[in-house]
Amino acid sequence: SKRHHQRRWEGKRDIRKLVSNLPYEGLEKMKQPNRHFPGNAIKTTKYTLLFFIPMNLFEQFHRLANIYFLGLAILNFVPVVNAFQPEVALIPICVILALTALKDGWEDFRRYQSDRKLNNTPCFIYCRKEQQFVERRWKDVRVGDFVKVICNEIIPADLLLLHTSDPNGVCHIETANLDGETNLKQRRVVPGLSTSTSEFEPESFNGVVVCERPNNNLNHFKCYVEKPDNVKVGIGIESLLLRGCTVRNTDHTVGFVVYAGHETKSMLNNNGPRYKRSKLERKLNTDVIFCIILLFAMCLVGALGHFSWLQELPSVPPYLVPDSHGHLDSPALSGFYMFFTMIILLQVLIPISLYVSIELVKIGQVFFITNDIDLYDEESDTPMQCRALNITEDLGQIQYIFSDKTGTLTENKMVFRRCTVMGTEYPHCENGKRPWPPQSRWTPDTEDADPAGTPHYHGSRHRGKVAESAQRDVAFSSPLETEVVPDRKLLQQIRRTESSSSSSSSGKTDPYLDFFLALAICNTVVVSTATVRRQRVSAPICPLETSNPFETFSHLVRKVGSFRQTISSWRPMSNRSRTSSNCSVLEEDHFNSLAKTGNCGGRKSTGPQTQDTSPSLRYEAESPDEAALVHAAKAYGFTLLARTPGSVTVRLPCGEELVFEVLDTLAFDSHRKRMSVLVRHPVTSELVLYTKGADYAIMELLGTPYQKRIAADTQRHLDCYAKEGLRTLCFTKKVLSERAYKDWSVSRQGALAAIDNREKLIMDTAGLLETNLTLLGNTRVRATGIEDRLQESVPDTIVALREAGIQVWVLTGDKPETAVNIGYACRLLDEGDLVINMNYVLQLMCVSILDCTLEEVRRYGNDPTGLAPTISLVIDGRTLAMALESDLVDRFVDLARRCRSVLCCRVTPLQKSAVVKVIREKLKVMTLAVGDGANDVNMIQAADVGIGISGQEGMQAVMASDFAISRFKHLKKLLLVHGHWCYTRLANMIIYFFYKNVAYVNLLFWYQFFCGFSGTAMIDYWLMIFFNLFFTSAPPIMFGIMDKDVSAETLLGLPELYRTGQGTGEYKFSTFWTAMLDAFYQSLVCFFIPYWVYEDSDIDVFTFGTPLNTVSLFTILLHLSIEIKTWTVVHWVIMLGSVAVYFIVTLAYSAICVTCNPPSNPYWILQSQMADPMFYLTCIITTVLALLPRYPQYSFSFAYKNKNSPPETDFEQGTILEKVWL
Amino acid sequence: MMASSYNAKDEDGHITVSGPGGGTLKNKKPDNTAFKQQRLPAWQPILTAGTVLPAFFIIGLIFIPIGIGLYVTSNNIKELEIDYTGVDMSSPCFNCSQNFSWNSTRPCTCTIPFYLEQAFESNVFMYYGLSNFYQNHRRYVKSRDDSQLNGDIEALLNPSKECEPYARNENKPIAPCGAIANSMFNDTLELFYIDPNGTKIQIPLMKKGIAWWTDKHVKFRNPGGNNPNLTAVFQGTTKPVNWRKPVYELDTDSENNGFINEDFIVWMRTAALPTFRKLYRIIQKKNSMIPTLPRGNYTLEVVYNYPVGSFEGRKRMILSTISWMGGKNPFLGIAYITVGSICFFLGVVLLIIHHKYGNRNNSADITN
Repeated sequence: SKRHHQRRWEGKRDIRKLVSNLPYEGLEKMKQPNRHFPGNAIKTTKYTLLFFIPMNLFEQFHRLANIYFLGLAILNFVPVVNAFQPEVALIPICVILALTALKDGWEDFRRYQSDRKLNNTPCFIYCRKEQQFVERRWKDVRVGDFVKVICNEIIPADLLLLHTSDPNGVCHIETANLDGETNLKQRRVVPGLSTSTSEFEPESFNGVVVCERPNNNLNHFKCYVEKPDNVKVGIGIESLLLRGCTVRNTDHTVGFVVYAGHETKSMLNNNGPRYKRSKLERKLNTDVIFCIILLFAMCLVGALGHFSWLQELPSVPPYLVPDSHGHLDSPALSGFYMFFTMIILLQVLIPISLYVSIELVKIGQVFFITNDIDLYDEESDTPMQCRALNITEDLGQIQYIFSDKTGTLTENKMVFRRCTVMGTEYPHCENGKRPWPPQSRWTPDTEDADPAGTPHYHGSRHRGKVAESAQRDVAFSSPLETEVVPDRKLLQQIRRTESSSSSSSSGKTDPYLDFFLALAICNTVVVSTATVRRQRVSAPICPLETSNPFETFSHLVRKVGSFRQTISSWRPMSNRSRTSSNCSVLEEDHFNSLAKTGNCGGRKSTGPQTQDTSPSLRYEAESPDEAALVHAAKAYGFTLLARTPGSVTVRLPCGEELVFEVLDTLAFDSHRKRMSVLVRHPVTSELVLYTKGADYAIMELLGTPYQKRIAADTQRHLDCYAKEGLRTLCFTKKVLSERAYKDWSVSRQGALAAIDNREKLIMDTAGLLETNLTLLGNTRVRATGIEDRLQESVPDTIVALREAGIQVWVLTGDKPETAVNIGYACRLLDEGDLVINMNYVLQLMCVSILDCTLEEVRRYGNDPTGLAPTISLVIDGRTLAMALESDLVDRFVDLARRCRSVLCCRVTPLQKSAVVKVIREKLKVMTLAVGDGANDVNMIQAADVGIGISGQEGMQAVMASDFAISRFKHLKKLLLVHGHWCYTRLANMIIYFFYKNVAYVNLLFWYQFFCGFSGTAMIDYWLMIFFNLFFTSAPPIMFGIMDKDVSAETLLGLPELYRTGQGTGEYKFSTFWTAMLDAFYQSLVCFFIPYWVYEDSDIDVFTFGTPLNTVSLFTILLHLSIEIKTWTVVHWVIMLGSVAVYFIVTLAYSAICVTCNPPSNPYWILQSQMADPMFYLTCIITTVLALLPRYPQYSFSFAYKNKNSPPETDFEQGTILEKVWL
Repeated sequence: MMASSYNAKDEDGHITVSGPGGGTLKNKKPDNTAFKQQRLPAWQPILTAGTVLPAFFIIGLIFIPIGIGLYVTSNNIKELEIDYTGVDMSSPCFNCSQNFSWNSTRPCTCTIPFYLEQAFESNVFMYYGLSNFYQNHRRYVKSRDDSQLNGDIEALLNPSKECEPYARNENKPIAPCGAIANSMFNDTLELFYIDPNGTKIQIPLMKKGIAWWTDKHVKFRNPGGNNPNLTAVFQGTTKPVNWRKPVYELDTDSENNGFINEDFIVWMRTAALPTFRKLYRIIQKKNSMIPTLPRGNYTLEVVYNYPVGSFEGRKRMILSTISWMGGKNPFLGIAYITVGSICFFLGVVLLIIHHKYGNRNNSADITN
């Protein structure tokens, strides 16, 4: 049936069969078997040179705003309705289109350049004619070619790894270009194809590669190679080299091109930037609709007014101009036309330029956020990253924060803290201390020479003291953090077992040795030599030595050191080598050498050699706890030296190196919550399965009665660890019989070769082997506790966020005990809190408890005394799943809403996102999710604002996020300061923009009442365009980028101020309409004061318009300067500059333009006005009267605020403080 | 995008590696400058009662005197307005107003007597005023050709489309074209002083210097440069439909003829509001001893040509002396006085409020 299944899969269209190109080399294109697949040349440009203009225009007219603009411009070409000269009306749209096209063109050109550069990158392709790899370009690579990639080169296409220079068939790649992860990943050669060690012969490759269609999943690849003898070899992602990755630590590799060019996984992953619509922008759109309604109302007034004005005329007056045929339209028709004329005239009411301005403002805001030095992490050299450019203001409106625990609240830099073996606890007292400063680390200590093993204890205690005094300032991740100080008792235990069985082989099964072997073996940690990946070597070899003078020197020193070490002591060497080569030497095997000199005196001869070959082991772990365990094992002398797909090399404390044959690795997955490694013991030849996993995942697999006591003890210790906030892991061992392995192996192979449903089958087989473990019962449990330290200032940040009115939830996959412990540590929970713990298996119970609790909590809420305790909720994953079901969800949300803090434990990634979605939709609040790992991706994407922490667990969270920070504490400034600023700035800017447009356009509208609603503009059209384009555009943008209503210090000091942004905040319905009313009032003043001044005089149209224009410029700018809270040099320059530009441009224009813009003619008008004192008198009184309500209203509201609400009292104090600061 | 990003990293020639010992070659640390950190030295105007109150008092104190000054100046301006539309049966111009026609060849004159109660001491400006005349109608405003008026021969013979339907008449280009020119005001006003003896003395009216200097010398120019023979220059053009004589016969003085006729220029400057006046003549003061217009009886003689019945318009003759602030308009003075008073009043109110609550506020602050 399996074969049948296979055939069915092949029958589908979604597979590809690829063969080598070599037999067809030199043939014409039609005969090439792989001709249907695209080449490796990429083209990411959107446009071609020839069709740039039409394509770009087509693109741009997808925007509604542009269509509106164009519609108006076209409308202006209709003679009966045009308000301005048709050509002139095209200017705004042309300017906007041209600017956008210029920007697009430039971006496209950059893309073109980078494409060209990539396509012309050299690479080596096998050529049959020349019988060797010849240099070609990336663009020449085709599917079916054989490509050779040299160390430190970038892989040109997706390659099936067929051969590497490594004898074990392993190749290391760095995927930083793809996902930002810098740890090395191991890839291995497709088994059974390459003739191992010798040089690879591409011509001998005669299989058919059958693979799935290209997709964008970087972590999955389904494929098999069908050899001529019909044997199928299954291949997964572990044998695929992805385009864009860099080959490291491997001299050269040869691969078969599977996907090329745009079909490669990296190109398929190459999506455009994320586009999210901010809450403010959504609200803004409703206001735009109000503006449209207003516009239509005004146009209707114009149309009706024109109609009735025409009706009232007794006959045809001389000022009614008929059309060119001498014909006059009827009043009704004229009124109808007038409607459209009015739309053209008053079009500015719809703030098209607002959208452009908002984009500019956001660019500026992002600039300031990313440049904030407080959001920069010195240690990892990462500044704040804004990945979504258009939701900066959402940061100021957050009401709920959903946080991951591990790596977000905590360092996720794991330190091995304690362990329990065979039911005995080893507390590792010294490890609890923070790392000590490097200087004091290896202080020469006379006792160190003591052979009894005590030096560690004494030495470390000494260090501990030093550490205590200095630890407060120590950076959190000094390289020493991975160091573990061995527990004395445990060390002695190992000594004892080792010395008792130093020569025998039976002792290898001792639980203590097994424990450490399991620590060292049962993982996927890759060992690399640090020196290689640090530097770029242009030569195709990546040597360890002589490429860097520094390194050579350190190497020498090391040799000297090891030489001296063989004589007597290791002391001076490590110190010196560290100082002389602090860059290249990462890890020194101090303990290792110590153990050697101390213990295995008889095997000294191996010491220096091993010391020499592994001076700088670097562990590339996918998760930090794995690394912590390997380091812990190393501290006890069990050093992981190398890992290849087929073997693991471990050095024992006595210096002996054991090579374990790895038969299989059952990788970790979130369902099983454990991983296993099946190895053959080199000494006993036993088949041993080491399993590591979460305690609950392991404990339920134990069942044999005689283990019960140990299991119970261990469980007790585990609970105790969890209470301390330690992360716990359990290790088990099982010895398999050959037969059992054989049986299992068959089903495993079947699962691996399957293509459909493969993951599930593999998982099932893994489970099969691991469940058997309970039946055999031959297991021993050891548990480890790994500490995950709280990040710097986390409690501080949480308290501040809470004061800011933000609810903080923690969602973690950890056990409730650990989570609660961390909750207290980070002050999410308080001692006085009433903690409701919900951990139920039965739904019925869950329902009733939920109802009871809700009842009680409601009562507390109504308690008028205010003495009711704050309530915190701790809920576990299973209960959460029930609570999120449709019939309970409302009650759950209601309960959660009343709780001060909520902790969800043991939740799956999907549940995390479900919680976020539920809260977001049910409570209609702004949510923010912050996390660092792949398990947080769902949650980050579900929230309104997703924040990724670029930490230890790769970059997947960052890739999915809108903003990326490096520490949790940065959230405080990001939200409280930048969020608040961005929001108030943008909200005020938008309101101001609406106000500005209405105030200006209404001038034109009021004039219609005095020109028979004929659509006349009393301001020259060019000056009207300039007014919006130059004279009044820069100040609001600057206002939106730079205004500070409250200083950063005050915002950080008084988190309550953040509350202004939550809910509706500054941008309220009332604020909008107040601004509108103000605009109406101001436009009335700006129109009617000049009107009464010039009533019944000999003033002409444009001379009348000039003071109006000037007055509204002053009013609009002064209105803004009332709104501006903080004036810097930039503010002054831009404000005064705008006024200067207005006068200079208008004066120049009216001096030069005699007949340049017929029939509109502003010649010498401003000049004549400026010679008239009346002009100034009018401008002054109009401006003062227009701003008269605004100015006292501001000062009144200020005084009012100060008295009425307590937070505002603080506010005033804040401003007083500011006065002192500034 | 992706391609370009890894390419860029390649160019830099380094990989940024975090973690122990990873010597990063390039620092991504943001610059610690005042601008980038938003720490530019700043001034924060804090609107408190202390800063707002003085502003109100100062505005009040400045505005009220200005207002009084303006009001007094305006009141010193003497102005006389005579409506000669002739709507009433009793009006001398009633007859003329009834039989209107643009092209009537027989001029209709009417004489309006009036009495000047106060002597006009300084130069007197004589305006004609029209009301309900929408010179600011959108299509009307546009109906002109500035190039033609600027003396462009090409435009003279081919008036712009904007002038339609007053661009051509009987296949000849109209000079000056357009609706504005076509509807030019063409009444003639003359002023006579009736001596106490009963003798009628014509008052000399200056018809030059009534237009803007820039209009007369830059914007409006006759075609053909300084060719005094305007008849030849305007050869091939025809007069506007409503005009009685061609443009080159507007005046006998060649400095005030053709397009640079000042009456014409004044008319071409379209009024902003439907009720407007336009400067017609200037009566210059001759002798410092004698007032320009002494107190007494006068008659206004009107050659009544301009019909206003089609839009229920009014025609007025206005005599006005002039000051630095132009014609008589008490509005600005009143406005200044009002706004100044409001500010002053608001200041007082605020002061009281501040006094009443300010202390409490301060004490609250102290207890805090």
